[in-house]
Amino acid sequence: MNAIAAAVEVHGATKSYGAHKVLDNVDLTVCPGHVTVILGPSGAGKSTLLRVINHLEKLDAGYVSVNGALVGVRQHGDRLKELSERAILAQRADIGFVFQNFNLFPHLTALENVAAAPVATGRATKAEARERARELLTRVGLADKADVHPRRLSGGQQQRVAIARALALRPGVVLFDEPTSALDPELVGEVLATIKDLASAGTTLIVVTHEIGFAREVADQVVFMDGGRIVEQGEPAEVLDRPRHPRTREFLSKVL
Amino acid sequence: MSSIDAAAGEAVAAEPTGPPGVPAAPELTGQRVIPLRHPGRWIATVIVVVLAAQFVHGLATNPFYQWDRFGYWFARPVILRGLWITLEVTALSAVLGLLGGIVLALARLSRNPVLSAASWLYVWLFRSVPLIVVLLILFNFSALYKTLSLGVPFGPGFLRFDENKLATELVVATVGLSLNEAAYAAEVVRAGILSVDSGQHEAAAALGLPKLYQFRRIVLPQALRAIVPAYVNQLIGLIKGTSLVFYVSLLDLFGEVQTMSSTYPGDVVPLLLVATVWYVILTSVVSVVQFYVERHYSRGAVRTMPPTPLQRLRAAVRV
Repeated sequence: MNAIAAAVEVHGATKSYGAHKVLDNVDLTVCPGHVTVILGPSGAGKSTLLRVINHLEKLDAGYVSVNGALVGVRQHGDRLKELSERAILAQRADIGFVFQNFNLFPHLTALENVAAAPVATGRATKAEARERARELLTRVGLADKADVHPRRLSGGQQQRVAIARALALRPGVVLFDEPTSALDPELVGEVLATIKDLASAGTTLIVVTHEIGFAREVADQVVFMDGGRIVEQGEPAEVLDRPRHPRTREFLSKVL
Repeated sequence: MSSIDAAAGEAVAAEPTGPPGVPAAPELTGQRVIPLRHPGRWIATVIVVVLAAQFVHGLATNPFYQWDRFGYWFARPVILRGLWITLEVTALSAVLGLLGGIVLALARLSRNPVLSAASWLYVWLFRSVPLIVVLLILFNFSALYKTLSLGVPFGPGFLRFDENKLATELVVATVGLSLNEAAYAAEVVRAGILSVDSGQHEAAAALGLPKLYQFRRIVLPQALRAIVPAYVNQLIGLIKGTSLVFYVSLLDLFGEVQTMSSTYPGDVVPLLLVATVWYVILTSVVSVVQFYVERHYSRGAVRTMPPTPLQRLRAAVRV
């Protein structure tokens, strides 16, 4: 275990659905301010790993810590005990999550989507939250769409609102679960550009994606998963250009 | 019209000259397509209009309906008193039933197996027992309770008991209808909650929104889109269902009509028509309210709001 404060640390993460092991003793360390891109074929456990980090999925064994605090559990002697739902919800405020299908709240405007969480969790007054939401929408280039309902936005615009929403609580780390997979090809660029902006602003990001070009350009660390395990990890140049593991080579030869 | 017919003639004439399978001979491009005629629709329309006219004519001229007596009874104080009771019982049971339904639906959807089973059992029981039976059982319970309360020393006197009679029957009717309504409302609410995409629950959870906020501000507003039409259906059933409270001696609209018709047997038909028209008015009001409530909850679910009848009228006038 690293003594330095890792932004995210996954240790011995193991999870099964019935007889099927989705995560098999996964270890992962993410340094503060770094961008980690997780690659791999579907069914490799990428999304599950991401969902375990903010406790949308429970682990059977192992643990996750974000900024030094255990997620979803507390230490009790030498055992780990699950936290109450209320405590878990409070922890999630520090972990932003962006979904493949955006999952914006359709009955709220873009601004209300972004401003909801800070108000609901008591971290900001309504006025403060709305002001910050406006700033965030400006940052993702959608200041003029503040009062529009999600269904009237394009997929790319919706995903950018979703990114602004994830940032509203000033999380220490933001997780992206295939943020561009549900988009038309011509809309992918705008969302990736927004994520790049975050990366250059020093936000800690973990991104599950199939965009190899994005990984090469933005990632500090690339992780290749297969069959619930991390097969290979390292700097993008290493993993993408000189993969050591045959499974990585095979995957990259198909997607590149 | 004639120009289109001419075009049709041209089209037919042009057809054999072109090679088969190759469309758009030069003369055909730029021609308007003639819509398909529907003579069957016209025939059906004529039949329906004739039947409707016949019905309205009969309604107006048949002395059987005694419209003068209808006019006499329609807004009589005794009828309005009954109408008020109907409204009161409906409103109380609709609100209590819906609240009960929400609690039952949440219990049914909870991860606690005991709560879930209890909710299922409740719904099963009250959907199985006819409303009239529920009302009569409660009525007899309350009669029993009153008899017992008379035996208590220093209890309320006989006279006050009589005064409370109406209130007690109102309570019996409201409780009976609410218990029944809650069972159906529970299923309506549950269906509404299940209709909300699971991604919405996940997004709310991922943002760390408190549980109550998730339900009140994220899930319920979206669920209401599915709940409102089904619950209004339920509510209309309830309005008419209140006519059963006559059997627990509560004189609602139907009860007063029944009582009056036994006093004035010659006026049975006009009295029934009075009840009919009042019930039609009540359900119509509810349907209008439904339109606007549904419109309110369609925010975000549709790209453009459906126009209100007033907006539609204005648009039609402007054109």
